Amino acid sequence: MARYTGAQILIKTLEERGVENIFGYPGAAILSVYDALPSSSIKHILCTDEQGAAFAAEGYARSSFKAGVCLATSGPGATNLLTGLADAYMDSVPMVAITGNVNLEDLGHDSFQEVDIFDMAMPVTKYSIIITKADDIAPLIRKAFTIAESGRKGPVLVDIPKSVLDETGTYEKEPSQKFTHKDPSPEEISAAVSLIKSAEKPVIYVGGGVKFSGAEKEVKILAEKLNCPVVTSFMGIGSFDQSSPLYAGVLSNENLMLPSIFKECDLFITLGARFNSRFNAFNTLKKRKIAVLQIDADRAEIDKNILTTASVLGDIKEVLSKVNPEIEQREMLEWAYKEEELPEDTNRGIQIICALSEKLKDSVTVSTDVGLHQIWTALNYKFLSPNKFLTSGGLGAMGFSIGAAIGSHFATGGKQLIITGDGSFNMNFNELLTCVKYHIPVIIVVLNNNSLGLIRLLQYGRKSKGYMASSLYLNTDYVKLAESMGARGIVINETDDINEKLNEALNGSLPVVIDCRISINEGIH
Amino acid sequence: MENSRQIIAILVNNQPGVLSRISGLFSRRGYNIDSLSVCATEDERYSRMTICLNGTLSTAKQITAQLEKQEDVVKVMTFDHGNVALRELLLIKLAVAPEKRGEIVDLCTLFKAKSIDTTMDSMMLELTGNTDKIDAFIATLGSYKILEMARTGGAALERGNKVMAESEEEK
Repeated sequence: MARYTGAQILIKTLEERGVENIFGYPGAAILSVYDALPSSSIKHILCTDEQGAAFAAEGYARSSFKAGVCLATSGPGATNLLTGLADAYMDSVPMVAITGNVNLEDLGHDSFQEVDIFDMAMPVTKYSIIITKADDIAPLIRKAFTIAESGRKGPVLVDIPKSVLDETGTYEKEPSQKFTHKDPSPEEISAAVSLIKSAEKPVIYVGGGVKFSGAEKEVKILAEKLNCPVVTSFMGIGSFDQSSPLYAGVLSNENLMLPSIFKECDLFITLGARFNSRFNAFNTLKKRKIAVLQIDADRAEIDKNILTTASVLGDIKEVLSKVNPEIEQREMLEWAYKEEELPEDTNRGIQIICALSEKLKDSVTVSTDVGLHQIWTALNYKFLSPNKFLTSGGLGAMGFSIGAAIGSHFATGGKQLIITGDGSFNMNFNELLTCVKYHIPVIIVVLNNNSLGLIRLLQYGRKSKGYMASSLYLNTDYVKLAESMGARGIVINETDDINEKLNEALNGSLPVVIDCRISINEGIH
Repeated sequence: MENSRQIIAILVNNQPGVLSRISGLFSRRGYNIDSLSVCATEDERYSRMTICLNGTLSTAKQITAQLEKQEDVVKVMTFDHGNVALRELLLIKLAVAPEKRGEIVDLCTLFKAKSIDTTMDSMMLELTGNTDKIDAFIATLGSYKILEMARTGGAALERGNKVMAESEEEK
C-alpha cells in the first residue's frame, strides 16, 4: 500500500468523498494540510476568521445537502468554530470541521495554542473525533462524513494533532457508499393513516427535515389530498409552495392566521420539525389537547417537548410515500382564517423586503441574520422554490448571513441576497472582504434602525427603562465602509422612493451594500 | 407520572472520550442520576455502563432515545425490576471500641456483611447488595460513629440466559 503523510491522506480522503471546497483559515498546527492542498483538486476559500469559515461551510451544506467542510488551526482557531458548529447542530446541517492541534506528545500540557476542542465540541456536535495515528485518518474521515450526512444530519468535529499530520501512514482509495435507512414500521404507518382518517380538520406543519429528506413532492400530495392548511417552520420555508392556496404562512407569533387555525384544527401533522419554545402556538396545541402526529428521522425528537398521539420514525419521503396512497381525496372545508382580511403593512422594513421579493424573486438565495429583519423576511419574502432561504433557526446566531451566503455561492454558483440589520451586520461584516476577494455576487441589504430592534421589542414588552444597550446610534457610514473594502455602497433614506432607489442599487456591480435607513421604532410601537 | 427507580444498562464502544460523552449527556440535558458505574466487559471492544436514576417512565424513555442516537452507544436496555439483579458495594469504616466489636459482628452476620480490617479502635466492613439493603445497613450503623465510607454505583445484569451484546450482533 502506498504511504503518504497524514496531511496528504487527509486531503486524498476529502477528494475521495467528493469535497470540492474547503472554507478555512491557516495557523501553525494545521500548516501541513495547507502544504498538501495545492496539489489537490480542492479549492480553499480563505475567510476572514474561523467563525466566518464555519458559517460558510454551513451555507454550502444548506444549499447543496452535502457536508460542508471547514478547516482551522488549534486553540483560538478551533474555538472560533464553535458557534458555527452549534448552529449546524441545532439546525441539523451536515458539516465536517477539521482542526489541527499541538503534537500528540504535547497534548494536555497547556502548550501554546492548545485547547481540548474534542471535549468542547461534544455538546454541540453529532460526534467528535480525535485522530492519534496517520493510519486512522482515512477510515475516521470517512466515518465523519457518514455520520454527518446520514439519518438526522449534523456537524462532526475531527481534531488531528500536528505530529499525526506529519507522520506517514497508508492510504487506499475506497468508493463512497450509499446510505440506507431503516424502513418505517408498518404498524406505525397504519396508526398514522387511521389517525389522519379520523381527523376532520388536520393541519400540516413542515419543518427543515422535509428539505433534507427531499420530500417536497410527497408533502404536496398529502396536502392536496387533505385539502388542509400548511404551515412551515423557519427551517421549512420554501419546502411548500407559497403560491398554493393551502399555504398558511410561517409558524411564528407574528402570523395572524395561526390563532384561528389552532382554534379549529383537530390534528397537527408535524413533519421533520422541532417544537421551538419561541412560539405561542405550541402552548395552544398543548392547552387544547389537539392530536399530534409526528414524523421524524430522529427518535429522540418524538415526544421530547410535546406528547404525540401517534408517531412514525423514519425518512419523511419514504414514510409519506407509504401514507399518501391510503388517504382519500377530500374537499376543502371552511376555515375562519380564510375569511379574515389582513391589514396592509406600513412598516418600511417590510415594504423594502416585499420590493426585493418582487424584483429578485427566485433568482437569489436569501440569507438572513437574527432579529426583526429575520422575522420580517421569513414572513414576507415570497419563496416559490425550495431551499432558497438560509437562516439560523435554532441557535439564532447573529452574524450568520454573510458566511452562509459565501458558502451557498460556492455550492450553487448563484447570486446571493443578504437581508440583515445593522446590529447583525456589525458582527461579521469583515466577511465582506471575502466576498470582494472571490467576486461573490452578493447584495447586502442592511435594514438600519440604529438599534438592536428585536431586543428593543423585548424591552418594550418588559417595560424596561431607557432601552439599555439596544440603542446603537453609531451613525456608521456603510457606504464608505463598503467602498473601503472594495464593494459598492448606496444609502436609501427614510423619505426616498424605495423602488427607484432599489433599482439604482441593484443596477451595478456586486457586491453592493444597501444601507436602508428605517425608523428606530419600526415594528416596535 | 410517578417517579420510580429506573435502571439503564448501556453497552458502549470502549474508547477514550466515551465516558465524558455519556455522562455529559446527562448533565447537559438536566437528567439527575443517582449513580453511574462503568466497567470493562468480556468483549474488549465494549464497556458497560449501569445507570440508576429516580424519574418518571417518560424521562427514562427520553434518556434511552438520547442515548441510542449516540455514535458510541451499541445498545441500551432499561430493566424492569423483577427481571434484574442489581448489586452495589459498600466499604464503611467505624470507630469501634474493643468492647463493642461483638455487636458489630452480630450486625454483620444479620446483613451478610464482612469485616475486612480491624484495629484497636476501628473496623472496616464490606457489604454488597441492592440499594435498599445497603441503605438499611448504613442506617443501622448510624448509632455508631462512621469515620468514612465509599460506595459504588450499581452493577446490573438481566436474569436468565439472555445476553445484551448477542442481541446486538443479530441486527
